[in-house]
Amino acid sequence: MRRVLAPYFLILPGGLWLLLFFAVPMITMFSLSLQQGDVVSGFVFTGHWQTYVDAIGNYRTQLIRSLIYGAIATLVLIVMAFPVAYWIAFYGGKRKSTYLFLLLLPFFVSFVLRTISWRQILTDDGMLLGPLKEIHLLPANFHILGTPFAVISGLVYNFLPFMVLPVYVALERIDPRVVEAARDLYANPATAFRKVVFPLALPGVFAGVLMTFVPVSSDYVNSAVLGSSSTTMIGQVIQAQYLVNSDYPTASALSFVLMAVLLIGVFAYARALGTEDVMKVAAR
Amino acid sequence: MQPNNVDPALIRGMTQRRLGRRDALRLGGASAFAMALAACGVKGTGTPAASVAPDAVAKFWAGKTSTKHVDFANWPLYMDPKHPELKKFTAETGISVNYQEVIQEMAPWFAKVQPQLKAGQSIGYDLMVITNGIQFGQFKDSGFLAPLDHSKMPNYAANAAASYKSEAFDPGNVYSVPWTSGITGIAYDPAKVSRPITKLADLFDPAFKGKVGMFSDTQELGNFGMLVLGIDPAKSTEDDWKKAAEKLKEQKTSGVLRNYYDQSYVDALGKGEVWITQAWSGDIFQKNVSDGSNFKFVIPEEGGSIWTDNFAIPVTAKSPVDALALIDFFYQVDIAASLAEYINYVCPVPAAQAQIKADAAKLSGDDKKAMEAIADSPLVFPVAADYANLHYYRQFATVAEQQTYQKVFEPIVLG
Repeated sequence: MRRVLAPYFLILPGGLWLLLFFAVPMITMFSLSLQQGDVVSGFVFTGHWQTYVDAIGNYRTQLIRSLIYGAIATLVLIVMAFPVAYWIAFYGGKRKSTYLFLLLLPFFVSFVLRTISWRQILTDDGMLLGPLKEIHLLPANFHILGTPFAVISGLVYNFLPFMVLPVYVALERIDPRVVEAARDLYANPATAFRKVVFPLALPGVFAGVLMTFVPVSSDYVNSAVLGSSSTTMIGQVIQAQYLVNSDYPTASALSFVLMAVLLIGVFAYARALGTEDVMKVAAR
Repeated sequence: MQPNNVDPALIRGMTQRRLGRRDALRLGGASAFAMALAACGVKGTGTPAASVAPDAVAKFWAGKTSTKHVDFANWPLYMDPKHPELKKFTAETGISVNYQEVIQEMAPWFAKVQPQLKAGQSIGYDLMVITNGIQFGQFKDSGFLAPLDHSKMPNYAANAAASYKSEAFDPGNVYSVPWTSGITGIAYDPAKVSRPITKLADLFDPAFKGKVGMFSDTQELGNFGMLVLGIDPAKSTEDDWKKAAEKLKEQKTSGVLRNYYDQSYVDALGKGEVWITQAWSGDIFQKNVSDGSNFKFVIPEEGGSIWTDNFAIPVTAKSPVDALALIDFFYQVDIAASLAEYINYVCPVPAAQAQIKADAAKLSGDDKKAMEAIADSPLVFPVAADYANLHYYRQFATVAEQQTYQKVFEPIVLG
């Protein structure tokens, strides 16, 4: 009897945790998204799907913008993270863990603080642009902050380790003898990389994409700190609807729309990549 | 036996899919889910425009005693950082004050504290300063504000200006008395902007592309959108709001606008992110005094807007008695004068003007001139002619009207 029940006992803590802190809030939020009212007189469940229509109508620009920023940032992340991970995995030698530690070092400072310090550096008359403007290399109204470039750069900066680590793990697992075998069979280094190393690293890239694209697309800090009113991302809209305008139904509806769009995006990506079992790959 | 004699009920029963136990469970689950969804309704915080019960004051204050400590939530740039007035208060009464500059904008402040207030919990503050906008109404209608015991406020009764005793947003000052009033106008950096700024149209001038700041508060933003079109916000209609919204959208899409700001606009101006921005009157004066910057504040030709920030005690305050004592303390003439001398906002105590002049007489040279300028400043003691060019906030008759207004302007700010 005990043997039969043991697995259930094992999932009990995690299961209860999920039920309490995932399922309950999700149902509450879903209900909220179909309610009508205002914060003073209260919200009542009316099954008002129109909120979804209005929310998408009013904020589709920000939704599309977030997905575009997310996609660009993820692509840049792959391009930047791959060589770093490759170098640490194959040339890191004894100091591998030191390099990984250095990579994670910025994470010992709060995410928000790091972003704010970028604001200090990049500000219009700050330490970077100020001197350049003084010698008239740049026009006086030139600015980096408030542009999509600043926001995407911030996103890339903040999420870099989330791409490097999974790619590194995948590369680290590659048996060097496989590469040697490729070379023995007259593959030049480029071909060996293209036909052997890169395909073997793909699961890592996939996991990296999953760990970056989703949070990057729904991020609200980078755009709030480094952006302007023309770089508003959907996360900011949701945050403001909850914490500024107290418009809970719109905020909940937008959250669900964002979640649906991201889920569809991730599964479509998995399909395109030919990976059948998304979650299994992600867990590797 | 003829086949057509078969009981139709039997055929129905044999051909139709029967509801199995699983289906029953599934259906039951679905309806339980629907019920659960409906049960998730969020209870309201109060009833709009609830009238004040005659015994509300007595009821609230019964049994409340002093704890000799006040937690005070205010906006930045609203007091000398050395807090001389609070030190004096503590010295005189033995009540300590924890002063925190935690309010940057009204809507987020309301959104932040309302869950606690709704649950009847303390928000950590016994006293807060809130503006007479939409959220003031929300605080009041939700029953979040303690009715003030005017019998304990002799200084207020004696020294407050008559106009501050009959405010439309809180008739009879049941829940609030003014901390100070202020004017929304334009601030600019003369080092970056070569011509003098005089009118609202300057905020929409492509010459300042990417260097213009506006407020993210929907009322402040909407007011300027209307004023630039020659519409008086206080008498505006839904059509006017939409016209103003169009004008503001154009300012954004054309790239003239840099961003929408809360209190952080002062920082953006200081860093050179914006050269010209919507601004609150006293902030710029204090910024210039505190770090030697040289920004200018103007009330545009088309007019600025005037608002009042008010003392209010949340109903869940742990120490309302001490908070009330502190409120009344700020209505002493010398304290009101000392505050106005530093913050340069509209002073609700008219007698403070003579006090500031008396203080000036004790000084000499530039200090004397600066102090006299404060006593004569239209930003601190405006006269009737100054008020003629100032516009009041739109008061919303119904919640629906206010929501319509919000729906017009919120998407612009979030855009």
